[in-house]
Amino acid sequence: MKRLTLRRVLWSCALLATVLLGIVALALRLGAVPFSFGDLGQNLWWFVSGQSEKVSTDFRLIMVDIRLPRILLGIVVGAALSVAGAGFQALLRNPLADPYVLGVSSGAALGAILALLAAPAVPLITPAAAFLGAAATIAAVYFLGRRQGQLDSSTLLLAGIVTASFLTAMIMFLMTSLASRDLRGISFWLMGDLSASLPRGLLWILITGFFAAAGAILTTASDLNVLLAGEREAMHLGVNVTRVKLVVYISASVLTGLAVSVSGAIGYVGLLVPHVMRMLFGSDYRLLIPTSALGGAIAIVLADTLARTLIAPTQLPVGAMTAMAGAPVFIYLLRRRLA
Amino acid sequence: MSGTESITEARPGPSAQRHSSHVRLNVEQASYAYSARKQAAPLFTLEATTFQAGEREFVAILGPNASGKSTLLRLIAGAIAPLSGRIELDGFETYHLDARTRAQRIALVQQESPLIFPILAGDFVLQGRHPHGRSLWFEKDEDFAIAEKALAQVGAEHLRDRWMHEISGGEKQRVVLARALAQQPLVLLLDEPTLHLDIRAQIDLLCRLRHLADEHRYTVIEVTHDLGLAAEFADQIVLLHRGKCLRVGTPAAVYQRELLEQVFEVPLGIEAGPAGRPRVIVQGRREEM
Repeated sequence: MKRLTLRRVLWSCALLATVLLGIVALALRLGAVPFSFGDLGQNLWWFVSGQSEKVSTDFRLIMVDIRLPRILLGIVVGAALSVAGAGFQALLRNPLADPYVLGVSSGAALGAILALLAAPAVPLITPAAAFLGAAATIAAVYFLGRRQGQLDSSTLLLAGIVTASFLTAMIMFLMTSLASRDLRGISFWLMGDLSASLPRGLLWILITGFFAAAGAILTTASDLNVLLAGEREAMHLGVNVTRVKLVVYISASVLTGLAVSVSGAIGYVGLLVPHVMRMLFGSDYRLLIPTSALGGAIAIVLADTLARTLIAPTQLPVGAMTAMAGAPVFIYLLRRRLA
Repeated sequence: MSGTESITEARPGPSAQRHSSHVRLNVEQASYAYSARKQAAPLFTLEATTFQAGEREFVAILGPNASGKSTLLRLIAGAIAPLSGRIELDGFETYHLDARTRAQRIALVQQESPLIFPILAGDFVLQGRHPHGRSLWFEKDEDFAIAEKALAQVGAEHLRDRWMHEISGGEKQRVVLARALAQQPLVLLLDEPTLHLDIRAQIDLLCRLRHLADEHRYTVIEVTHDLGLAAEFADQIVLLHRGKCLRVGTPAAVYQRELLEQVFEVPLGIEAGPAGRPRVIVQGRREEM
């Protein structure tokens, strides 16, 4: 029995943050125009310390305008998807739950596309519609996955998979029949992609939204530990089950909606990262939520770096990378659970 | 409330004399009805049930399957609201207590529910401290000491670092009881705690419960269909049959052959055992039945 203390949480996070920094440094360096770590540090220092006149134009263009925002986006999206995945796993009491598998990502993507088609001029409509799409999908899957009033694991998964394929077909239909409209490509919405350049303001909204929603889930962390034992049990251990479920349901949908609206539907991160973190650090949600956030950031930045350098100059969508790595692990988890 | 009085009077008093404590739990004319839909005719009804229990008292809610035992237990636990009547713990209605306060006063040991992620027995017991903490808090030394003591009380210290899915049914039941004790409740509710245990583990568990009630002032209420064990360990029997509370009283008062034969629908023999506790003898079905 390993006692959980604040110190242990902080050390685990510090360890993961160090790994993340290393991967960020690697991601900054790799690409069509390579920089040495020395150049990188030098220029970065100048940039941060206010001597930006010394920074070379190349560096400014490539680092500050392209690579850094993309990495930042990857960090937030990865963290958001992983925390959402951990939340859904507790909420639905299903270790195979994840925004992508449950069709929530597809729902968010469909919401975003509909909004772009209907009212492209309204500011912030994409993330808002993506959130609504995510919330509607998880509600639909939740009700489809019930059997005699009980959430049934396999029914729920099947409901999610069917919903996802239906929503994907809707997206394909919309994208193909409205191809002349100026929308980002179909692979963006179906596979996920971090190459979009976002206005800086949107990135800040994304970061604020992430901290608000992930923070809300974190406040229910010890309730979620008990909830994993069953709803009735949790109620008799003093958990306000209705409130906790509502908080986690809304927050996880917000996180999914935010992530999908800026990066499309990236699969398997929300499923696998929490599992890897459970294996490394244990399944206590007070530790699992912060470590999943950092682990998700690591996973996406790493996957995206591979996606844009593996067969350079061609770039793969990041979702292709996560799916190639994630699907076999998903099968492994499924088999182990059934064994 | 003539029913209440007659039952209270009718209850001969060995347990009342022995414990001479105030009434902690008061179940007064409590009823409940399940129906498939609102407005539809109820599928199952628990008719008005009345009994009281004090500290150090061991109550067995006894009846065959589908007699309303678990419904009565859920009513006491405050999980569902009574259709009529009231259920009070030290004067507060259990259903209207907030979840945390309720969990500090009432612990419920339910029939097993599956665990989806592996957990150590020690961590499982520590969950019993949940109602005593705030949402984002880390357990204090005190909580660990209480969890440790709870494990010791059920004789399961050696299971602390074992995985819950790797221990036997009897061991698991003891760990679940330890979690309930870690809640430091006033009332311990148990839903068929001996159901999947062998006879040695059954006796062991009930002896522990008897001891916990005697030494640590718990009010213990268990749901059971085991006639023999209820007679041996309980101070008070609440006999249910098809949603009706037929009799409340000491085992000696409730265990009357004709009554029990009617409720359980088998021929039975009943003898007076030592200390006034009845003994039930199970017989094979007679030809004419």
